[in-house]
Amino acid sequence: MGMSFTDERDPLDLALVREVQDGLPLSHRPYAEIGARLGMAEQEVIRRLRALTESGDIRRLGVVVRHRELGYRANAMVVWDIPDERAGELGSLIGRQPFVNLCYRRPRRPPKWPYNLFCMIHGRTREGVLANLEELIERCGLCDIPHRVLFSRRRFKQRGARYGAAKQASAQTREGLPLQPNERYADRTDR
Amino acid sequence: MVAQRESALNRPLSGLERRLLNDFQDGLPLSPAPFAEMAETLDVSEAAVLKALSGLQNQGLISRVGPVFRPNRVGASTLAAMGVPEGRLEEVAALVSAYEEVNHNYEREHELNLWFVATAPDRERLDQVLAEIERRTGIEVIDLPMVEDYFINLGFPLQWA
Repeated sequence: MGMSFTDERDPLDLALVREVQDGLPLSHRPYAEIGARLGMAEQEVIRRLRALTESGDIRRLGVVVRHRELGYRANAMVVWDIPDERAGELGSLIGRQPFVNLCYRRPRRPPKWPYNLFCMIHGRTREGVLANLEELIERCGLCDIPHRVLFSRRRFKQRGARYGAAKQASAQTREGLPLQPNERYADRTDR
Repeated sequence: MVAQRESALNRPLSGLERRLLNDFQDGLPLSPAPFAEMAETLDVSEAAVLKALSGLQNQGLISRVGPVFRPNRVGASTLAAMGVPEGRLEEVAALVSAYEEVNHNYEREHELNLWFVATAPDRERLDQVLAEIERRTGIEVIDLPMVEDYFINLGFPLQWA
């Protein structure tokens, strides 16, 4: 996995990451505004963001949708117990399927947790997600691979990751909801 | 508040909103006036783009316009799982969600029923958070950090059925 960004990167990049992690200002010159907060020129902000995008540290730059609010309420984490020597090959194949949203290899933790590959499938209905899963199994030749489907029941919290506490204006999420009490986060889903 | 967010979809999305949601999940221009550039592509005014994006954000349909970082390239993150007795789930979930480092926290259908993602500037802080949650709840926290990322797709394809 290597060293993390924070250990070895330019402190100005890190400051920039912290400034943009909650999103860009929705204004005429967003990069200039970010720069003004950091004492950095607009062109410098743009140059650094471009470099972070080119290096793959920024995976994408744009509108981050909230799938659940848009009607994608069935959210399944599908986990697989794939022989280690096939994990790379099958992981890449699964990660390329159009309805798969994430595909990560993670360690097994036997005996409680034997699964080493995780993917997410979001859909409008549970039946739709299960149909996608059948298609995935068929297409990628996974019928002999043990798997489990973990649908989500309740969402207690969801927001973007924070890479440092630098930008904590208040005990509020970006959506403007209070962090506590927890009941305000919980929304019944799926069934 | 939840009800308000849920009801957002009860109104039809405008054509502009659909295009903003679908076509701009990646590739926000890295130029001084990115929203003006988007507006040009969409053949509307910059003000219309900004107004639509603010509206979508206020209604919770988008969480932000900005970068999505690759996990573990910026800071350290992990997925963690806990098997929480049914009667304690709300209490433990609230305790977990209260950590600033926790960005996702879901109940899932499994004996391991609470799943959360934690992100911190470094692995050391992450270890501290997980150990503290374990100590405060008396429930084992299973740490499942990403080993490899196979995901290729960018963004989330939406269908307007």
